[in-house]
Amino acid sequence: MIRFTDVYMRYPAGSDVLKQINLHVEQGAMVYVTGRSGAGKTTLLRLIALVERHTRGQIVVNGQNLRRVTGRRIPLFRRNIGVTFQDHRLLNERTVFDNVALPLAVAGYRYQDIKKRTSAALDKVGLLSKEKAFPIALSGGEQQRVGIARAVVHRPALLLADEPTGNLDPALSLETMKLFEQFHQVGVTVLIASHDFDMIKKMNKKIITLHAGSLLPHGRCGERSAPP
Amino acid sequence: MSKKTSKNRPVANLNKIIGSWFLQHVQAFLSSLGQLYKNPMNALLTTFVIGISLALPAGFYSFLENARRVTSNWDTTSHISLFLKTDIDDQRAQALADELKNHADIKTVEVIDREAALLEYKQNSGFAAALDALEHNPLPPVIIVQPKIESISSMNNERLLKALRALPEVDSGQFDRQWAQRLHRIIEVFQRFIMIVAALLSIAVILVIGNTIRLAIHNRRQEIEINKLFGATDAFIQRPFLYSGLLHGIGGSLIAWLLLETAVLLLNGPVVRLTDLYGSNFSLVALNFREIISLLLLGAGLGLAGSWFSVKRHLRAIDLI
Ligand SMILES: Nc1ncnc2c1ncn2[C@@H]1O[C@H](COP(=O)(O)OP(=O)(O)O)[C@@H](O)[C@H]1O
Ligand SMILES: [Mg+2]
Repeated sequence: MIRFTDVYMRYPAGSDVLKQINLHVEQGAMVYVTGRSGAGKTTLLRLIALVERHTRGQIVVNGQNLRRVTGRRIPLFRRNIGVTFQDHRLLNERTVFDNVALPLAVAGYRYQDIKKRTSAALDKVGLLSKEKAFPIALSGGEQQRVGIARAVVHRPALLLADEPTGNLDPALSLETMKLFEQFHQVGVTVLIASHDFDMIKKMNKKIITLHAGSLLPHGRCGERSAPP
Repeated sequence: MSKKTSKNRPVANLNKIIGSWFLQHVQAFLSSLGQLYKNPMNALLTTFVIGISLALPAGFYSFLENARRVTSNWDTTSHISLFLKTDIDDQRAQALADELKNHADIKTVEVIDREAALLEYKQNSGFAAALDALEHNPLPPVIIVQPKIESISSMNNERLLKALRALPEVDSGQFDRQWAQRLHRIIEVFQRFIMIVAALLSIAVILVIGNTIRLAIHNRRQEIEINKLFGATDAFIQRPFLYSGLLHGIGGSLIAWLLLETAVLLLNGPVVRLTDLYGSNFSLVALNFREIISLLLLGAGLGLAGSWFSVKRHLRAIDLI
């Protein structure tokens, strides 16, 4: 599903943020990316969603070499991906329903389909009763779940989540992670970036550890993420 | 497999594509209407500025059209002046005039004899002293012919003039339409002036709409980013802004039209009283149907152009890649 070969990334101003990344995420896998703040987790996700371009190496996502995904192919490529953000990035002047329906509207679905799928997605995250509310009226955990519903409403093959438990208490965090596991169980490839190592250790899934832009070997052995 | 079904039902697919395309346009249109509704004061102000900008050239144009209608009435006073040869005396001139009275295309004939011609010339030319010094009256008699058909542009009258010029007694002949010609030249100057004003104000309209759209893009930056992140095409993102520009332009045209009608309403009373003094039954008109449609199209075009430039410029700044 995702394959990085000797990938380097450098923002216009600065040094390499990702260095010689080699990784492979199989179709239908669920993988955690961990590492300290500033290690490059968000950047890794941004490269996969084509928010940024890598500067060297090769990235293949869903069989497509990202170097060749340009122009009009970018929107079509992104429709196969769902993303959640650390700061939720909900549109505050739109209702919960409209926020979740956005990926479908963007892809030109008919209203009946939008209605059906959006309700289903909201139901899945337990917020169907809040569909007419505005995001500001929701708690942080609820907002995060609206973001998750928006990320899965168009049934993408790949789900990218950046710090989904960032501001949540442990119980809520665990619940959120369980939610992602459910999507994983129906065949979605899930990639979650989180600095909350203690929590993801409990999930018993493959863990990729970044340290200052480099991948640490022995992915499952998360203890190595601590600097020497 | 999906390829096979799409091959089997191309018509259904086409319908679906057209349906979806239409739906997206309706969505974009409603979305831009919604934006206008959310910010009615801003939209109204912008539309009013556009309306005034369009009303100015449209008003000038309308003024000119009315002037043209007045001067086409003035054509009716045009006549032919026949300057006879200098060896023709007043009696011969009078005889010729009596003859011409029976011509089918001629309504009235008037003779200005040599004495009268000299007097008139002295009064108008300022050469009175010089002429007094002459022993002879150097001026020929003049016959003023009023054709039956009143317009100077009539082909009949051209033919009449040609025939009259061919008469042995006639030295030269011409339509006396200096007045009308001067007026037409003045109108031409004004037309050019209006075109320049219109061009400048059109640019102003494009800039105003462009700026409005720029602000709208700025205010909706987050929404645009999210749309892009979830796979919106550039066309999808641009559409509501283009519709917004279009609506502003059309709204501006409507306001311009309204302003113009109001101006005509206010001016018509005094104008009618003025032209009554000249025995004319002239009355101001604003725009006819075709001109209203043109005004609307102009506004729509400028709105679209303004938003298009703005969208091209400012959406690029939000490119995620
Ligand atoms: N837009 C940007 N421009 C320049 N540098 C950036 C940008 N975003 C992140 N960085 C830098 O890249 C590094 C990795 O950041 P990030 O990927 O956000 O790490 P993480 O998500 O693991 O905290 C940091 O040093 C950060 O300062
Ligand atoms: Mg981060």
